[in-house]
Amino acid sequence: MIQTDLTLKGHRPTRTGFGEGLRDIGSMDPRVVAIGADITNSVGMNFFRDAFPDRFFSFGIAEQNIMGVAAGLALGGKVPFMATYGVFSAMRTLDQIRVSVCYNNLNVKIGGAHAGISVGPDGATHQALEDIAVMRVLPNMTILSPCDAAQARNAVIAAVQQVNGPVYIRFGRESVPEFTTPDLEFKVGRAQLFRAGADVAIIATGHLVWEALEAAEILAEQGVQASVVNMHTIKPLDEQMIIEMAGYTGAIVTAEEHQIIGGLGGAVAECLVRNNPVPMAFIGMPDLFGESGQPDELMDKYKMKSRHIAGAAMEVIRRKKSI
Amino acid sequence: MVYKKITDTDLLSKMARDIRIRVVESLSAAGSGHLGGSLGLADIFAVLYFNEINHRPSEPEWPLRDRLILSIGHVAPVLYATLAKSGYFQEEELLTLRKLGSRLQGHPARDRGLPGIEVSSGSLGQGLSVSVGLALSAKIDGQSWKVYSIHGDGELQEGSIWEAAMSAAHHKLNNIRMIVDRNGLQIDGSTDRVMNLEPLRGKFESFGWQVVECDGNITEALLRAFREADRVAVTSPVVILAKTLMGKGIPEIEGNYKWHGAVPDAAQRDEFIRQLQGLS
Ligand SMILES: [Mg+2]
Repeated sequence: MIQTDLTLKGHRPTRTGFGEGLRDIGSMDPRVVAIGADITNSVGMNFFRDAFPDRFFSFGIAEQNIMGVAAGLALGGKVPFMATYGVFSAMRTLDQIRVSVCYNNLNVKIGGAHAGISVGPDGATHQALEDIAVMRVLPNMTILSPCDAAQARNAVIAAVQQVNGPVYIRFGRESVPEFTTPDLEFKVGRAQLFRAGADVAIIATGHLVWEALEAAEILAEQGVQASVVNMHTIKPLDEQMIIEMAGYTGAIVTAEEHQIIGGLGGAVAECLVRNNPVPMAFIGMPDLFGESGQPDELMDKYKMKSRHIAGAAMEVIRRKKSI
Repeated sequence: MVYKKITDTDLLSKMARDIRIRVVESLSAAGSGHLGGSLGLADIFAVLYFNEINHRPSEPEWPLRDRLILSIGHVAPVLYATLAKSGYFQEEELLTLRKLGSRLQGHPARDRGLPGIEVSSGSLGQGLSVSVGLALSAKIDGQSWKVYSIHGDGELQEGSIWEAAMSAAHHKLNNIRMIVDRNGLQIDGSTDRVMNLEPLRGKFESFGWQVVECDGNITEALLRAFREADRVAVTSPVVILAKTLMGKGIPEIEGNYKWHGAVPDAAQRDEFIRQLQGLS
């Protein structure tokens, strides 16, 4: 288990962490350049643009072109970042990512903003709920999904310093609990065990890691001990951690602001089926599009709150006992 | 190996003929692929690699080389034949085209380590964006190398081409030489009927590009077109609309779109090579 301070420090959007990370890696690495897609402020790229105006290039609302341009910049020795809403950066550009970026294994960093249902009132078109699934099937792709703003910053820096190849970094719009510290090391592909408990393991990613920690508190009040894993890297998946958790607890719950199909839940299930199948429950979008509403209302409606995670944990523990 | 630019137009035409012969041989050995487009482009590739482009076949990763992006990856055979003729690798390797384990994939593949391949390509409409990114990186670094971006005319029906065209002019990328293989044909037939592209010159001009038109099967005209491109590329990207004949050099194939995706059998191969040798 990682020994680190996980108390609530405040609330900030993970997109702010992305923006700070991009600015900070920009000052460390002169190869880093950024491409704006008209929503520069909205995705947090304004920090980089203001710090390095000569290394920021506006390309307008033309995501397919931007992805190819990023590939070309990488061929030219740059480390380009492109970022827009995840629905566009991962999906409108999919063929460009597949052929120009991933097939060439180029050092392109892709920001997927407004991930998850917590985007809220904009509704289904702008809520990225399929991006992990779509990115996950591409050879050479790395997928990062940090749990809060501080970790989002560290994930951006790690994406440049630890990966020489394509990286998709997923982050959200809303202010969410910030509970990790800047000094918490981010190792790509190495999940973080935030809490240890032998009855059930909650493997969560992104915003739902905080909900999972709260769920563990709820469970503890009922005498149930839960492990909580922050799966901040979806690919390459930390299979060793998953296998260890299956052996330790015998019951797994995955939690993500994403479609269950093809997402973290699917990835963990694939790993367990090959290694140590144990009862699983899935928190995530059940093959539906989102809708407009306040973020909190939507998280409640689609059962992504801590009490839903705790309920899923109790249910999966019951199934474990009946085997 | 010392690399020297060829200025003699007859010699360039002979190079183009040799490239055509290699294209026929390699595609015949492969048993599948795109013959017509590769033959039509042979003169352009001869002029590019033996005159226009700054490159070092003995040092493929030379940092100051001009870059060639083959957006139409399906005409890989003409690129492979030209690279071999330039000395990037042995010409015998051309006969491994499209075969299991070959460095000569059906469409150019960077991960196979074939010297001279800048980028994997083959999904139409993406290459110009890659060229824009490369050209921008040269500008950022204050380098003077250029990007040669090779496109089909049918490919211009892809919307992303026009996103890229808009951005190249916006960022004043005068180090881009886009070359359009204007053979007027695509798989379903003539570009006029499949999806009209005209007025093509006007389209590029309205996007802020300089346009040069030439006969893409006459080496002298191509040399002139590249000089003209350098002259007009003051603050704008330049497109060369090169009118070519699909299948050029083999009468049976010339202008016949049915040969877009067909290859010769052994007997046809020998006959085609005899016809090409009779040209020069
Ligand atoms: Mg054509």
